[in-house]
Amino acid sequence: MSDILLSVRNLSLHYPLREGVLKAVDDVSFDVRRGETFGIVGESGSGKTTLGRCIMRILNPTSGEVIYRGDPRGETDLVGLSDSELREIWRQIRMVFQDPQSSLNPRLPVLELIGQALRTSEGLSGKALADRVAQLLKDVGLRPEILHRYPAAFSGGQRQRIGIARALATSPQLVIADEAVSALDVSIQAQILNLLQDLQEQYQLTYIFIAHDLAVVEHICDRVAVMKRGRIVELADKRTLFDNPQHEYTRSLLDAVPIPDPRLRTRGTRQPVA
Amino acid sequence: MPQTPTQTEAVGDTLVEIRNLQTHFFTHDGVVKAVDGVDLTVRDGRTLCILGESGCGKSIMARSILRIVDAPGRIVGGEIIYQAKDGRTVDLAAARPGSRALREIRGSDIAMIFQEPMTSLGPIQKIGKQITETIHLHRKVTKAEAKEIALDMLDRVGIPDPRRCFDSYPFELSGGMRQRAMIAMALCCQPRLLIADEPTTALDVTTQAQILDLIADLKEEFGMAVMLITHDLGVVAEVAEDVAVMYMGRVVEKGDVYSIFEKPRHPYTQALLKSVPRLGAAQQHRLPTIRGMVPHPLARPSGCSFRTRCDHFMPGICDRREPELLAVDDTQAACFLYEKELAQ
Repeated sequence: MSDILLSVRNLSLHYPLREGVLKAVDDVSFDVRRGETFGIVGESGSGKTTLGRCIMRILNPTSGEVIYRGDPRGETDLVGLSDSELREIWRQIRMVFQDPQSSLNPRLPVLELIGQALRTSEGLSGKALADRVAQLLKDVGLRPEILHRYPAAFSGGQRQRIGIARALATSPQLVIADEAVSALDVSIQAQILNLLQDLQEQYQLTYIFIAHDLAVVEHICDRVAVMKRGRIVELADKRTLFDNPQHEYTRSLLDAVPIPDPRLRTRGTRQPVA
Repeated sequence: MPQTPTQTEAVGDTLVEIRNLQTHFFTHDGVVKAVDGVDLTVRDGRTLCILGESGCGKSIMARSILRIVDAPGRIVGGEIIYQAKDGRTVDLAAARPGSRALREIRGSDIAMIFQEPMTSLGPIQKIGKQITETIHLHRKVTKAEAKEIALDMLDRVGIPDPRRCFDSYPFELSGGMRQRAMIAMALCCQPRLLIADEPTTALDVTTQAQILDLIADLKEEFGMAVMLITHDLGVVAEVAEDVAVMYMGRVVEKGDVYSIFEKPRHPYTQALLKSVPRLGAAQQHRLPTIRGMVPHPLARPSGCSFRTRCDHFMPGICDRREPELLAVDDTQAACFLYEKELAQ
C-alpha cells in the first residue's frame, strides 16, 4: 500500500465571469500522506473551502485529478466518478463543517443525524443501529442517553462532537475538517482539537484540516499549504513553514497574528517604560 | 529585551465607574442573570479589554452602559456613573430610556462599534449621509462642514477613496472597509469612550491587524478611552492596558495586562491562558483544557459559578457563597483560594 492516500494534480475550478474568469482554485497539486494531518490555510476568499469541496466532489472542478488511494478496489480519480460511484467514496471521505448550527438538520434526533449513513450503507436498523450510534457518541465524549434529543438541545461544542461522530459513522479513511473549531470558544476549541487527535490515533485517520487560524493549524497539522487567490503559494512541513517561511505572503500572515503575550506586542500605543 | 512596566504610568481619571451592575433577562423559562454584579472602572485615555467566552455577559455589560439592552433584558440594579465633560456626573443606569441626557451622551461622548458593521450602518442610505446625520445630531455645523468632517474621518480610518466611499452604499464595500466606515461614524463626534464589541472577530488576520492599529492610533490621537470586548487572548495581549475577565455575568479577575498574562490568579484565567494554541510554542501533544462547559444560565451553580469546572474546588467553601473580588498582588481575583490565604 502506498503511503500517499490522496494526490491532487493540477486541480482547477474556474468560473466564467462577464469579463474574464474567476480562478477559485487554480492549478493546485499536492499529496496527502496516510495518517497525517494536512493543513490548508488562507484568508477568506483564498479558495481553501472551495478546494476542499472540489476534493469531495461537492463541487465539480474544471480540470485536474484527485487520485484517491484508500479504496480497497484500487486507485480512483474522483474527478471522473458518477454520482452513484461517489456515494461509495463519500463513505470513505467525510467532512466536518464549521458551523454545527447549520450543518445538523434541526428536525432530526441524534440517532438519525449520525445513524442515517449507517442505515443506507450498512443496512443497520433498530437496536443494532442504536448500539452503533451509542458507541460513536461515547467515542466523541458524549453520553449515549442523548440518542433521541434534537440539535437545539446542545451547545456549540456538543454539536461539533455530534458532527464528528456523524463523520466517523462510516469508518472513513479521510476526514476533511473545514474550519471545524473556528466557531467554538477557546476552552471548547481545545477540547475538540484534542478529540480530533485522539480519534486520529484510535482509528488511524488522515485529516485535511482547513482553517484560517494559524496557531491552531500549527498545533494540529504535520504539513501545511498556504493558499492565496486559488493557488498554493507555499507548502512545507509545519516546522519549516512556521520557523522559516519562504513566501512573502506566509510571512505577512504570520506577522499579523496577535500573540497572546503582552511583552511581545508589536503594535499599540503603549510602550512599557522602565 | 522587553522592559518591565512599572506603576509610574499615568493612570487616567475615572471616566465611567460601574458599581454592582445587574442586567437580567426575564424570559418565559426564568430569569437569566446575564450581568450579575459587575464592578469596573473605565479610565480616561486607557484601553480596557473585557475578556470572556460567549455567554459570559460581556456584550450585555457594554450595552448596558449605552442603555441599548433589548427586551426582555433590563438593568435591575447597580450604577453606571459617567463623569461628564462639564464635571457633572450622570448615572446612566438610572437615566430614563430615551431621555435627553442619555441621547446627548450616546454617540457623542460614548460611541460603540460592533462585530457586524451592518448593526450600525443602515442598508439603504449612503455612508456619507449616515455619518453626516450623526454629526448634525451632536454638533452645530453647516452641511458643508459636516461633509468636510465626514470625509476627513473616512480618510483617517484608512479608506483609500473617501469621496467615493461617502457616496457608496454599505453593500458596495468589503467587510474591512465597512468596518472602517463604521469606525469613522463612531468617531466623527470625537467620543471620550469608544466601546468596541468584537470589532475584528469576523475579519481576516491581516485586516484585523490594520483595524487594531487604527483603533490604537485614533485612541492616541484623540486621547479617548477604549473598552474592547473580545474572546481573543491575542487581541487582548496586543492592545490592552487593563483587563477584566468575565465568567457567567461576573468579573472574576481584573488587573493590568502584564499581571493578568504573567501571573493570573483566578483558576479560570489560568486555565483559559493555557488552553489556547500559541504560534511558535513548543509542540505540545495535547492542549490543556477546561473540563466540561459553561453551565446553563438558568442552572447557575451555588456559590462560585466556576466551581463545577475548577480544579481547585473546595467543598463546603466554594459552593456556599459567591467569592468577592480581592486584591492579590497586582490583580484582583474573585476566588476563595486567596480569601483563605489572606485569613491565615
